[in-house]
Amino acid sequence: MPLQEILLQQLANGLILGSFYALVALGYSMVYGVIKLLNFAHGDLYMVGAFAGFGCLSLFSGWLGAGWAGIVPSILLSMVAVGMLGVVIDRVAYRPLREAPKLSVLITALAVSMLLENTVLAFTGGQFTAFSTDLGFTGIDLGLVHVTYTQMVLVGTSIVLMVVLELFVSRTRYGRAMRAIAIDQDACRLMGIDVNRTIALTFFIGSALAAASGVLAGVYYGSINFFMGFLIGLKAFTAAVIGGIGNIPGAMLGGLLLGLLEAFGTQIPGIGGQWKDVFVFAFLILFLVFRPTGILGKPEVERM
Amino acid sequence: MSEAVLRLEAVETYYGEIHALRGIGFEVREGQVVALLGANGAGKSTSLRTISGLVPARRGKVTFLGQDITRMPAHRIAQLGLVHVPEGRRIFKGMTIEENLDLGGFTVLDAEERRRRREAAYAMFPILAERRHRDSSLLSGGEQQMLAIARALMARPRLLLLDEPSMGLAPILVQEIMRTIRRLNDSGTTVLLVEQNARAALRLAHYGCVMETGRIVLADEAAALRANEALTKAYLGG
Repeated sequence: MPLQEILLQQLANGLILGSFYALVALGYSMVYGVIKLLNFAHGDLYMVGAFAGFGCLSLFSGWLGAGWAGIVPSILLSMVAVGMLGVVIDRVAYRPLREAPKLSVLITALAVSMLLENTVLAFTGGQFTAFSTDLGFTGIDLGLVHVTYTQMVLVGTSIVLMVVLELFVSRTRYGRAMRAIAIDQDACRLMGIDVNRTIALTFFIGSALAAASGVLAGVYYGSINFFMGFLIGLKAFTAAVIGGIGNIPGAMLGGLLLGLLEAFGTQIPGIGGQWKDVFVFAFLILFLVFRPTGILGKPEVERM
Repeated sequence: MSEAVLRLEAVETYYGEIHALRGIGFEVREGQVVALLGANGAGKSTSLRTISGLVPARRGKVTFLGQDITRMPAHRIAQLGLVHVPEGRRIFKGMTIEENLDLGGFTVLDAEERRRRREAAYAMFPILAERRHRDSSLLSGGEQQMLAIARALMARPRLLLLDEPSMGLAPILVQEIMRTIRRLNDSGTTVLLVEQNARAALRLAHYGCVMETGRIVLADEAAALRANEALTKAYLGG
């Protein structure tokens, strides 16, 4: 393949991969931004979302088909279901620990992650589940690169969700309340803000975004399994740190950047496909050492 | 006699094992300014934190506008119109002045009404209007106190709790804050004021309670407390 074609193809791949990372990173970063918790179960909500979407699509496909007509309602239902799961996890696992040391909550988050993975493992037997759809490879040719409609919908959906989220957090009453909770919870209570409910809303939105991303990943890659959330959880964390954790545009930027790094990194001679994760996490380390606040993050006194 | 907006009866509060309030009782009537006075650690701030629900009372009863609020969560109490401006102002640093005011009006659902109240706050504190889109952490101490009061007023409180509004301010700013509180009271706001600066507080208040180690040891008309020289010497360090 000519070099130009390879580069363009990797640009497309990187953007697609990056929009998955960005969507998952958004939820990660949002929850961290509001209650300073690294929710290690976040990647697993992406996995549960993929299975919920798969379940819905199996039910709908006889009736709506396995094209977008069946996929869109599956995504929406999965978002609602996983959003509620996120709220339940917060209520049961994290809320009782609101005043506890951060390490306790962090360990709890790891436990929730294992619980989700093992529950799905028990139901699926650890097999890869084929996520089959009727989406073909039709698309348009942009110069030398063929971009399928599926890929375009994927990137488009991610961008729309990110913009909506940013507007919500910066412009609305509850968005403002979320940012204020990050600064001073007691002061928020004195303003009449129901802090627990606002945190629950944060978990709902973050988890729903992870679910959307999970279903889209299932649609795109064509198979899902119980462990699919682990690595993407770590990568989303990396993306959030690179962009500046707690910062929504930062999470988007970090996600897209990471996707591109990974896509192009595999093209560097000597760094083949199997080194791509090393490449990504090496970047994480570089950022943690030289710019721990990330690209868009502001310096903060206390960090985890 | 005007009705009691707030009534405390035999209220006891603990911080863990520390018995911070040992049975206090008093009333705040409509239109009054009541001052809680006393030395550091006497329980003045704890009284306010108990009333606003940040540290619920273990025993006793707190009634606001005839409703028992003893065990109500803080945000519900705020929604009833009891607004507490805490010690140290606690403005949302990193957010703009305008956003701080909007958060004070969180319970106001109508955006247009919120905007009107914001403009009223700017009219009252012009210094805030000039800097409405600036980060609130750039304000001076006195300006931050103005913002904290303005933010509380966004909710149109029936009762305003002010904890040490003059703390850390230059004398001229203390005067200005006291004038502001007088103005608020003149326009009908009922105020419960905690102050270290007892003289300034008693010039403003109708009624005063002197606290010592979690109890109210003396309560009287402000004028009587002002006239009581032995008391000012003993309790108010004057």
